[in-house]
This record gives sequence, structure tokens and C-alpha cells, in this order.
Amino acid sequence: MSRLGKIARRTFLIGSAAIAGGVAFGYYMYKRPPHNPLLDDLAEGEAALTPYVKIDANGITLITPRADMGQGAYSVQAALLAEELDVDLDQVRVDPGPPDPAYYNTALSQEAVPFYPTDTSWMAETSRGVADALMKFIGMQITGGSTTVPDGYQKLRVAGAVARETLKQAASNKTGVHITRLKTERASVILPDGEAIPYTELAQLAATLEPVEQVTLRDPSEWRLIGKPMQRVDIVEKSTGTARYGIDIELDGMLHAAVKLNPHIGGNVNSYDASAALAMNGVRSVVPVQGGVAVVANNTWRAFQAADAIVADWGPSPMPETMEGHWAALSDAFSPDHQDSRNRDDGDVDAAISVGPVTAEYRAPYLAHAPLEPINASVLVGSGRVDVWTGTQVPRFVQEALSKVTNFGASDIHVHVQMIGGSFGHRLEMDVVIQAAEIAMTMQGTPVKLTYSREQDMTHDFTRPAVMARARGQIDDGKISALDLGIASPSVMASQMGRIGMSLPGPDAQIVAGAWEQPFDIPNYRVTGYRAQPLAPISSWRSVGASTNAFFHESFFDELCHSAGLDPVMERLRLCNDDTTRKVLETVAEMSNWGSPMAANRGRGIAFCMSFGTPVAEVFEVSNTPDGIKIDQVFVAADVGRIIDPVNFDALVKGGVIWGLGHAMMGEITYAKGASEQENFDTFTSLRLYQTPKIEVRGLENGAKVRGIGEPPVPPAAPALANAIFAATGQRLRDMPFRNAVNFV
Amino acid sequence: MKLNVDGRSYTVDVEAEMPLLWVLRDELKIKGVKYGCGIAACGACTVHIDRVAVRSCQTAVGDVDGDITTIEGLGNIDALYAVQAAWIEHQVAQCGYCQSGQIMQAADLLSTTPNPTDAEIDDAMSGNLCRCGTYPRIRDAVKSAAANLAGGN
Repeated sequence: MSRLGKIARRTFLIGSAAIAGGVAFGYYMYKRPPHNPLLDDLAEGEAALTPYVKIDANGITLITPRADMGQGAYSVQAALLAEELDVDLDQVRVDPGPPDPAYYNTALSQEAVPFYPTDTSWMAETSRGVADALMKFIGMQITGGSTTVPDGYQKLRVAGAVARETLKQAASNKTGVHITRLKTERASVILPDGEAIPYTELAQLAATLEPVEQVTLRDPSEWRLIGKPMQRVDIVEKSTGTARYGIDIELDGMLHAAVKLNPHIGGNVNSYDASAALAMNGVRSVVPVQGGVAVVANNTWRAFQAADAIVADWGPSPMPETMEGHWAALSDAFSPDHQDSRNRDDGDVDAAISVGPVTAEYRAPYLAHAPLEPINASVLVGSGRVDVWTGTQVPRFVQEALSKVTNFGASDIHVHVQMIGGSFGHRLEMDVVIQAAEIAMTMQGTPVKLTYSREQDMTHDFTRPAVMARARGQIDDGKISALDLGIASPSVMASQMGRIGMSLPGPDAQIVAGAWEQPFDIPNYRVTGYRAQPLAPISSWRSVGASTNAFFHESFFDELCHSAGLDPVMERLRLCNDDTTRKVLETVAEMSNWGSPMAANRGRGIAFCMSFGTPVAEVFEVSNTPDGIKIDQVFVAADVGRIIDPVNFDALVKGGVIWGLGHAMMGEITYAKGASEQENFDTFTSLRLYQTPKIEVRGLENGAKVRGIGEPPVPPAAPALANAIFAATGQRLRDMPFRNAVNFV
Repeated sequence: MKLNVDGRSYTVDVEAEMPLLWVLRDELKIKGVKYGCGIAACGACTVHIDRVAVRSCQTAVGDVDGDITTIEGLGNIDALYAVQAAWIEHQVAQCGYCQSGQIMQAADLLSTTPNPTDAEIDDAMSGNLCRCGTYPRIRDAVKSAAANLAGGN
């Protein structure tokens, strides 16, 4: 049979089995199963049974296409595959694989439909199914939106089961023992007499068979790995200094590049003088790049020094000159002609808010992602191909972008996704990759690594937008009867999509995410998104819209409760329309001994947010000391439906809380003439160990769907802290960062 | 210029003002030492000189006058140092990028203060920034490492 014929048959394996296993919801406008990209590049003796499992004589490789930015994605994906494949994680290699449409992410589309996350009606699920099909169609291989587990929970287990059953069929053909009498264990098929045939000896035969299309996933009671504490696959490397990140790439003959970019973001490069830089030790060349100038040298530090020595005439930024200008643009957006969405409009808010309404205005600042590994990319332009080594959440977009820069076809752009030293959304962006390719095009055959200095990384980040909110509410008969929240923000999605040449069809759901879809039945309840004019170039920042919107919604809910002497937990429970949320609220109240007396200088605050479909409630306890506010303890309850690894779950919840509270306390990027006034960690400060409170976490599994946990712990932290500070001091904090108004110990 | 790093001798020909960090990373290819800020504000570049923790991004190579130990020389996969073993036991790392520096800082603390109080841990470790928020497990791991070192493990 021709090679083409074999490929066509083998690639049918995962697609058809996935449908049998129930991955594909509803109807597909695009029914053909995805091509298996591993088949394009197999070495002699290798077999790729699905796009996720590759076996050769030396071992088994699990393909984990969602990037690991620290959130443990490689481990959790490997565990889902290994559970059904019957291998242990110490027996396999883990590889992110090539960029390919086969690794599309469907779960991300769940955020894009205008239905409450708790709505499982036919209409809501059908919309999600259509959105899923669209994601598959465009082959959206993206890591983000807390989707790695929701997207992979079924798909990866099915892939593991298909590979296992096909290997069993191969063993049956080889030995004559019927498949029903075979078992699998630790990467071997076990014959009835106890003899073990390693998968590695069966893979070649398995690859020639008709796939085993019907697989039944195991009952959770049979799981060996899922739900039990795991050791991360990268933990030893990361504890011994042997983990290698994109910034650590070494290639023969590699040169090192640095950039000096126009500090006035979006401004032109009118002219520059690189004569001093070119005269410096180790400098090889100076190259104009998108947004500024690059220096190539034989050492990163020498490149940094030379970049600093470039003198340039920078054009002005299109941004407002002052922060007052930014806030004025946001304030001006509260008007009908800027209205972007009104997905929630229950009752009659305007009629209900009549007598003595409670009102408030809130602000959230620009924030940098500032992952500790500065962004970087290494590019080698060779003959007939381009190779790029970088940590990215969007490998296919990298391919497309480099195809434009280099004029090579996308299939000739080879993206080697690297371990990532933190992202928080920054590695959805591609500026560093584009600039590295611009440099590499001037020195074909020589690999070049572009490393941003911390200063360039921070001042040219695509920030979390500054956002403003205005709220009105009404108490009637001792109950919250109306809540009207307007949120004004430029569109993150339009800004991000604009950078890849796409436009956002329709409203930006992130302008109101974390506010409009909350599971409460307030009789008169309205959430309106207003799209402000583009200001700074902005991007997704861990938990995206919910990072600001929960602060507005939950702070104002607390204000309404206090105005009427209502208990904020009891009032939320009274209004709650979702059982999973109710248990989360009850759990955090019990953990924190909510309602028990506290000393006069202490206070407790609660906040809740359902983001990415995951309900999370947090209670903060603070003390008002002579030196300032001290955060004593935090209690968190969260429900993800199914906890894959309790160790990683606990780590992600605590990390998310620390992220949320640290930035709420002190995080702020301010622009003057379009230039960031914070350049490094001395002025863009974040939480340190001595400020870290004790955090107690409880994970629940009542929810009907499996949800992610990388982002949802972030949004409630800021309002829970603000509400606790109010309880301790009587001071209401409506603007982040809080340190502009109170001292922290 | 001669350097002794992780028990090996090297001769390097670089400017005296080049930070030790970049000599280690780009000249000697010791990549376990990390660049985070370049201004001694994050601690990712922490190494030991004569067993004392220093920020290698702010240490000119010409000023180095002792033996250098990096995360790669502190211990290795076959012979873990007690602090590294505690970091694995508690699964401290998330992205892991700051952890070389965190471990070197903790090793320095425990060499001078074998049984640190919470306040001493806070003081010693608060110069090391972690953006993922692994601080609760860093606290636990430092205490485990102290107990293991005291027990002779």
C-alpha cells in the first residue's frame, strides 16, 4: 500500500474513536478527523498511534500540546493519557509536539458564547457545540483560559485508551490469544500466563492494524493516577538547576541579541545613531526591528550594554500624554454609543433604583505580566527552513507570523516550544519572535537568540487594561433588590486579535467577564459593558476580564450589604441560584468560622467569583496594626468538578490568591507620554515571602463539568481583601492598588 | 582571569566589569543560574562565593575573590543537597525559574542558621521574588531541609 494510503487509514484512529468516546458534542460542520502530525516526521522504527502517543524501540513519548508555563500542564496532560494507556509517568518522555491543527482547543470557545456557565439548556449547549466546531476548524492550538484540563479531560483519556486497545490487538495477532484475555500494566501487554510484552515491541505491528475504534473509558473507581497526589514530571529538574527554558537555548555558533525599543509605545523610530554601540567589544551588527533597534553581539550582557548606547530620535506615542487622559477616555466611554454588551438585564433596573440609591465608582490600573523569565526567542534561518525555539502559548500563530517575516511557507517554519519561566498571558504575544526573525534574516545560517532585558520586557509589555466601573444599587425591605454595574474598558480581544491581523466579531465578552454571569438572582440586575477607545496595547493577564470585574462586582455587593446591615455570606446564599456555588460559599464560611467574634482591630471579608465556569469563594482576615494592614489568613473554597492532581490544585489555588492579592496591594503600571514609568521589580513590586499569609484551601468536586483552576482563584482575592480592610478599618477601597490609600505591614 | 566554579577551574577572557551572571551563563554555559532583573531585585541569579549567597548580576567578575558554587554544583540528581531534596519533597516549583536562586538563598540561610524561626526565614528569603506564588511551600521546604540537615540526612 502506498504511504498515503497508510496515513489516511491510521489518522482515522483518533478522530473516529474520539467521537465514539463522546468528545464531539453536537454536530460538526467539519467532520473529518484531524490529520495526525506525528506521521509526517516519523523516524525509522517509530509508530504514532494517535496524535498524542508516539512509541519507538527506546520508549514511549506522550505528546502534551498545551504549553507548561508553571501551571503543571505537561504533568496533567501526561497523567490523563497515562491513566488509560496503562503506563506510569516514570516510564515515559513528555514532549509538547509540533504546532498542528490536530491539537485544537475546544474548551476555549466556552467563554465566547453569551450563556451563563451554569446554563446547560439545549440552546446553550448547541451554541457551545457550534463554537467548538469553529475552534476545530481554525485549529486553534492555544494554551490559556484555564482550559487545559476541560479540553483534555476526555480527549486525552480516549487517546490513551485507543493506543492501549490497538497495542492489545497487536499482541493478540502476534500470540493468537484473544484480545479479551489480555491485560495491560506498566507499558506492557500481559498474557494470561503472566508473560509481559512491552509496548515498545508491539508498536510497529500496531501501526499497521485497523484501529480499535470503540473504547470504553474506565470508571473513576479504577483510576490509578487521576485524583491522587502526583509528582510533577519536571520537579527534579526544576529543583536541581537542570531544567532548560527558552532563555537557556545554546546552538552552535549562536549570537546574542538585545533590543532598544521606542519607550513611547506605538511611536515611530525617526532615526538612530548606533556608532557608539558598533564600536563596543563583541558587537557584530545593528539591525532595525519592529518598534526599535537590535544589537547583535557575542554575549548577552555585551548586547544589553550596546543597546543602551544607541541614541535615537523616537516619535511620539498615540496614547494620551498623562494618566488623567487615560481615565478621562474611560470615563467618557460610559455612554450609549460605546455600549458593547448587555448580556444581563433582569427585571427593571431603572424603575427599581429610585429612592436613595447606593452608588460607587471603582478603578483598576494597568498591570504588567512580568514573568520572571524575560521574553526571548532563538531563530535560525537555514536553507529551506526556519527553526525557532521559544516559550509560547500559540505555536501556530508563531508559525504564521514567521512565515510573513521570512517569506518561508508555514510548513517550513519549525517551532520548538520551550519550557516557560512564567507567562500569565505574556507568551500569547509574538513581538519578540518577530524581532528575532527579523534579526536572523540578516544573518542566514547563524542562530541568534534575542533576550529582552527586564527593562525592555516590562516597558514593552502588553498590559492588563486600566478599567473603570460605575455601580448603582438598591435595598428594599432589608434585601438587595437591584444592582446595576457598568464597566468601561478598551477591548483586550480586539487589541490582541488586531496584532495578528484579525478583527473581533461582535462584543468583547471579557469586558464584562466575571461580573455578568454570576449565579445570583437579584430581581433587578444589569451588567453593561462599554468599549472605550483603544489606549495602551493590552493583552490577556491571568484571569483576564474577571481580574478587574470581580473587584467591582464583589466590592459593590459588599457595600450594598453593609449599607443595610446584611451579612454578606447570608445575602449571597439567599440570592444564589446554583447548588455548586452554594456549597462553595457554605464551605468557605465554615472554614473561616464566619460570623465568630473578632478583636476590634481585625476584620473579615468575603468575595466570590465564577470565572471560566469555576466557582471560587475567598475569605480574608486582616489586622489593623500601628504599622499598617497585616493580612493574617486566607480561606479558599473552589469547585472544579474533578480534581486531577490535588498537589497541583493546591499550588495553583495558593499561587492564584497570591497573584491576585499582591497586585491588588501594590501592582501598577502608569504611562507618561505613552512610556511605562515602571521598568523593573524595584518599582513594579509584587508580593514577597514575608507578606504572604497562611492560605487554607479546600477543593470540591460537586460541579457537573470538569473545570480549570489556573485563573479562577485570582479574581476574588482583591475584593475579599478590600472587604476585609473595610471590616477592620471602616475605610472603603475603590481604587487599586490599595497601597496608594493604606499602608501594609 | 581564573575562576573556580562548582569545583572546576576555568580561565576566562572577559571585561572585569562583566557581571558574574553573564560569565557563568554565556561564557561557561552554566544555565542553572538565571537572569531575572539585572539589578539585584529578584534573586534569580543567586550563587555562593565561599559559601555566602551573592547576587551574581550585581557582582563584577573582576571582584570575585573566592570559590563559586552554583545550583548545579550544590547537588545533583544523583546526590541531592538537603535543600534540593526538600524542594522536591514539597514540590515547591511551578514555573521553576526563580527556584535556583531560592534554593541557593535557603542553603546560605541554613548554613548560618540551622534552625531558623519564621521571622528569620522571612528575613532571609524575602529578597527572592517568585511570580508564581510558591512562597507557602518555600516556607515548608526550608523547615524540612533544616530538620533533615539536623538529622544528618
